[in-house]
Amino acid sequence: AGHGGGDDLERGGPPAPQRVLFPPTFSVSEIKNKQRRHFMFLRWKQQQRKEKLAAKKKRRKEREALGDKAPPKAIPKTIENQRVYDETTVDPNDEEVAFDEATDEFAPYFNRQTVPKILITTSDRPRGRTVRFCEQLATVIPNSHVYYRRGLALKRIIPQCIARDFTDLIVINEDRKIPNGLVLSHLPDGPTAHFRMSSVRLRKEIKRKGKEPTEHVPEVILNNFTTRLGHSVGRMFASLFPHDPQFIGRQVATFHNQRDYIFFRFHRYIFKSEKKVGIQELGPRFTLKLRSLQKGTFDSKFGEYEWIHKRREMDTSRRKFHL
Amino acid sequence: SPQVVWSMLGNRQFCSYKMTTKTQNFCRNEYNLTGLCNRSSCPLANSQYATIREEKGRCYLYMKTIERAAFPRRLWERVLLNKNYEKALEQIDENLIYWPRFIRHKCKQRFTKITQYLIRIRKLTLKRQRKLVPLRRKIERRERRREEKALIAAQLDNAIEKELLERLKQDTYGDIYNFPIHAFDKALQQQGAESESESDAEREEEEDEDVDTREFVEAEDSELSDFEDMDKLETSSEEEQEEEEEVEKKASHSKSKGKTPLKGPARRKRPYIEIEYEEETEPTTKTKAA
Repeated sequence: AGHGGGDDLERGGPPAPQRVLFPPTFSVSEIKNKQRRHFMFLRWKQQQRKEKLAAKKKRRKEREALGDKAPPKAIPKTIENQRVYDETTVDPNDEEVAFDEATDEFAPYFNRQTVPKILITTSDRPRGRTVRFCEQLATVIPNSHVYYRRGLALKRIIPQCIARDFTDLIVINEDRKIPNGLVLSHLPDGPTAHFRMSSVRLRKEIKRKGKEPTEHVPEVILNNFTTRLGHSVGRMFASLFPHDPQFIGRQVATFHNQRDYIFFRFHRYIFKSEKKVGIQELGPRFTLKLRSLQKGTFDSKFGEYEWIHKRREMDTSRRKFHL
Repeated sequence: SPQVVWSMLGNRQFCSYKMTTKTQNFCRNEYNLTGLCNRSSCPLANSQYATIREEKGRCYLYMKTIERAAFPRRLWERVLLNKNYEKALEQIDENLIYWPRFIRHKCKQRFTKITQYLIRIRKLTLKRQRKLVPLRRKIERRERRREEKALIAAQLDNAIEKELLERLKQDTYGDIYNFPIHAFDKALQQQGAESESESDAEREEEEDEDVDTREFVEAEDSELSDFEDMDKLETSSEEEQEEEEEVEKKASHSKSKGKTPLKGPARRKRPYIEIEYEEETEPTTKTKAA
C-alpha cells in the first residue's frame, strides 16, 4: 500500500476524471526510483503471467467442453513457416530447371563421365588446427589429396590441377589459428563458391564419437536445398562424392541447410529394426554460410559473380532466406 | 655550440626525441643517421651532419653545415640520389668528400639498407596481397546467434534418421538388410489373415461337422425319437412329461453348464449340447433299458 501511495504521488498530473479508471493506468516506466520501479515491474510481470495462465486454463476447458466440435489446434508459427516465399524455389517438376541442370557444369559428373578427384589445401602458413582439420576432411571425402600451399598463387595452382585431372579444389582459409573460410571450386571451368566456416569441431572434440571413418564411399544426404541457388550449391556438394556409395561401410555425410546455414555432419548408421536407426557421429563437423558464388574458377577481381551476399539488402528481413 | 647542446640534451636533461629502453637509448629524430642516441649520431648536437632519407621510393641525401646553422629554413640541403646503386654511392662520396669517416660510412650503410627494403616492397606488391577485412562485432554476434538457433531448429539427428529410414523403405539398400519393411508387414498381415481364416475355417468345419453330426445324430435320434415319441405318445404322457422334465432338467443343466463359463469347447458345443444330451442319453437309457 505504501508503494502504491508513493506511485500515485509520483504519477503527478493526470487529471481527476482519468483517475476513475480502475486499476489506475500508470506505467511502470514513469517511476523514477530504480528500486521501486523494478519492484513494480516484477509485480506487473507476475500479474501478466497469472493472467496468461488463467487464459490458458480457460481455453483448455473450453476445448474439452466442446469435445469433437472444438476448432483444431493452431499450428505454432515458426520461422520456417513464416518464411518469405522465394520466387526462385525449385518445383520438382520444373522442366526448365531440369534442362538447366542437364547442361550445366555438373552434367558430366551426374552423367557419370567423370570421377571426382579433390585437392584440399589451405591458405598460407596453416597452423596445427587447420592442418589436422584438412587431414580429417581428406579421410571423410574419398579420393582427395591434401597439399601444402607454400605461398603459391591460386591462379597458378588451378591450371596445374586441371592438367592433373582434378575435378574439385577446396581451399580452407585460416584466421588466428582457426579455419574460418572455405573456397570450393569445381575445376574444369566450374563455379566457385566461397563460404564462411564456423564452429569447426575436430574428431577428438566430438563427444561419443565412433572409430575412424573407413575408406568406404559414404552416402550423401542433402536436405532443404530448395531455391535455384540452393540447388546449384547442393549439386556442388554432391559432386564431391563418388556416385556409388558402398552400403557396407554404413557411412553417411549430411549437408543440411537450415535458414541459410549448411551443417555438415558425418555419421555411421545402423538399422536396429525397420523402424529404428541408430547413428553415431564420427568425423569432423562444421557449418557453412554461403558468401558468394562465382561463375568461373577462382578470380576475385575479374570474376563474374552469380550471387554475392550483400548485407544491407539481404539481411533486412528475418524471414527471408536464399538457399 | 654542439658541446653545450649535447651536455644539456643528450646526457642529463630532457630530449623529446630520446626514447629509453632497458638496454639502449633511441633517437626518434627523423634526421638521425643511425637511430640511436649517441654523441656522434645526434643531429642536434652535431653542427656538421648528413643523413639519407627516402620519399616515395626515391632516396635523398640531406646535409647540414655549420654555416647555415643560423638559418633553420635553409639548414638541410637535399640531393637526389641516382637510382643506380653504384652511381648513388659515388654521389654520396662526392658530396661528403671531406666529411668525417663515421658519417660517410653510416650514410652509405643507411642507403644500402633503404634500397634493400625498397626492392623488397616492390617484390611483395607483385605477389598476392592479403586483404584484411575488419569484422563487425555486432554482425558477428548476430550471425553466431542465428547459427545456434538454426542448429536447434534443424534437429539434425532426427532429420538424418528419417532420411535413412525413408531410403530403407524405398529399397535403395537392396537386400543387405534382413528386414525389408513391406515384406515383413505383409507377412505379418498374411499370417494374421491366415490364422483368422484358419480359425474361421476350423470353426466352419467344426460347425459343419457338428451340423453333420447333428444331422446324423438328429436323423438317428429323430427316427428313434420319433419312435420314442410315438412310443411315448402311445404309452403315457407322464413319461413324456418326465422326459420333458428330464429334458428341461438336462436343458437347465446344460444351460447352467453353459452359463458357468467353463471352456471354449463347452461353450461352443452349447447349442447342441442340449440336443446331444437329449438324444444320447435317451438312446443309452433306451438301450440300457433295452
